Amino acid sequence: MSEAGWMKVNVEKCMHCGACAGSCPQNAIFLHEVILTFSTACNRCGRCVKICPVGAVTMGAKK
Amino acid sequence: MKTDYDIIVVGAGPAGSMTACHAAQKGAHVLMIEKRQEIGASLRCAEGISRKGLEKAGIPIDKRWVCAEMKGAKLVSPHGYEMKLDESHAGGEVGVVLERHRFDKALASLAAHAGAEIRLKTAATGLLKEEGKVVGIHGMSFGEPFKLTAGCVVGADGYESQVGRWGGLDTNVKLSDMTSCFQYRMTGLRTEPDFCEFVLGSVAPGGYAWVFPKGDDTANVGMGVLGSRLKHPGEVKMYIDKWIKSDPRLSCGQPLEAVGAAVSVSPPVEKAISDGLLLVGDAARVIDPITGGGIANGCLQAVHAGQVLGDCFQAGDYSEAALQSYEKRWRDALENKLWTNWMAKEKLVTLPDETLDAIIQTLSQCNITQMSVHNLLAALKEKLPDLVQEFEEMI
Repeated sequence: MSEAGWMKVNVEKCMHCGACAGSCPQNAIFLHEVILTFSTACNRCGRCVKICPVGAVTMGAKK
Repeated sequence: MKTDYDIIVVGAGPAGSMTACHAAQKGAHVLMIEKRQEIGASLRCAEGISRKGLEKAGIPIDKRWVCAEMKGAKLVSPHGYEMKLDESHAGGEVGVVLERHRFDKALASLAAHAGAEIRLKTAATGLLKEEGKVVGIHGMSFGEPFKLTAGCVVGADGYESQVGRWGGLDTNVKLSDMTSCFQYRMTGLRTEPDFCEFVLGSVAPGGYAWVFPKGDDTANVGMGVLGSRLKHPGEVKMYIDKWIKSDPRLSCGQPLEAVGAAVSVSPPVEKAISDGLLLVGDAARVIDPITGGGIANGCLQAVHAGQVLGDCFQAGDYSEAALQSYEKRWRDALENKLWTNWMAKEKLVTLPDETLDAIIQTLSQCNITQMSVHNLLAALKEKLPDLVQEFEEMI
């Protein structure tokens, strides 16, 4: 698991498809070819968790 | 290295390349950037397109990027009723299955030959603005930050569609207007090699499952599930694995490639332009909400984008007022059908498996000569009058 702001990405599962990035209503996710980063605009709405085809994105503990 | 361009296109998919090509043909200095290291890879597509779609966008079929030519399409209901649409019935709607890694490179080559410059592994990370107008981009190229100025920036950045949102255009899509997709390239299949197959119903809630042949016993086997029907993380992969296991024609095969993606099945964006900014393709949400196909609409829209940008270059004006003719031209060509199909999708996703069975069973006994929503409803009217009335009221 790699920590990305509030959200956690399981890099073993992630297929770097961008489904989460395009679905984010805050435009807070950026896909750098194969690496996802979440900006501080993320408000933990959880849409990326839902739309990820393989369940690679999960909610981390609130900091 | 040059730092000022007439037009910068962000994203080298089919819509980006077609825009770059048509704008460069009119003499504009065009830069097209692609954040990945290879155009056309990695795959995020089922690769089906109709011949008519290619023709409308002025792209002559080239055997180098056609993987398989189809004889028709097959719709399969939840309990196995089949309706075949062959060439004589579906006409130009019958298509080909592409080799996207070649197709995308071929279109990028057209842009290059028209004079566009291409930079790979180069991502836009934000827009440069002056007095509310977009005047360029900042980004990263092979790890080095850069700033580039341009008369107009084109967001051809696909489903991720970040350029538009940086520019204040609303490209957000509701959960009920997006599908989460998973696809395997599989070999050793016992499916038909020259029919694209669409499986409807609860096998893929709110979406459909597909088999798009890639030659011999190989095919793209995938499915899309509507975002609002997803309950648990990673469900799409679970649904597709379950479906493949349940169908002996598929379970005998082995995977060669796995692909994830999301596809918008929404109405188009309300606004695709602002001062110095224009959106095209998936970024403008022009994917067909019924089929999930986006290449043909994106390419057609991009022809209009490129041509209007060429005119803007010649007039030296990339203001929102000057880009308005792009907005008018693509909406005249696409918008009605996108809205009609979106409304039809909104209805279709509510239908239970039994109704879908009845629809396909009825249609399979009719002789439909031209595939259209109108003709399909006419064929269903006698046996399913209530359902047809609901559709007609809506559309």
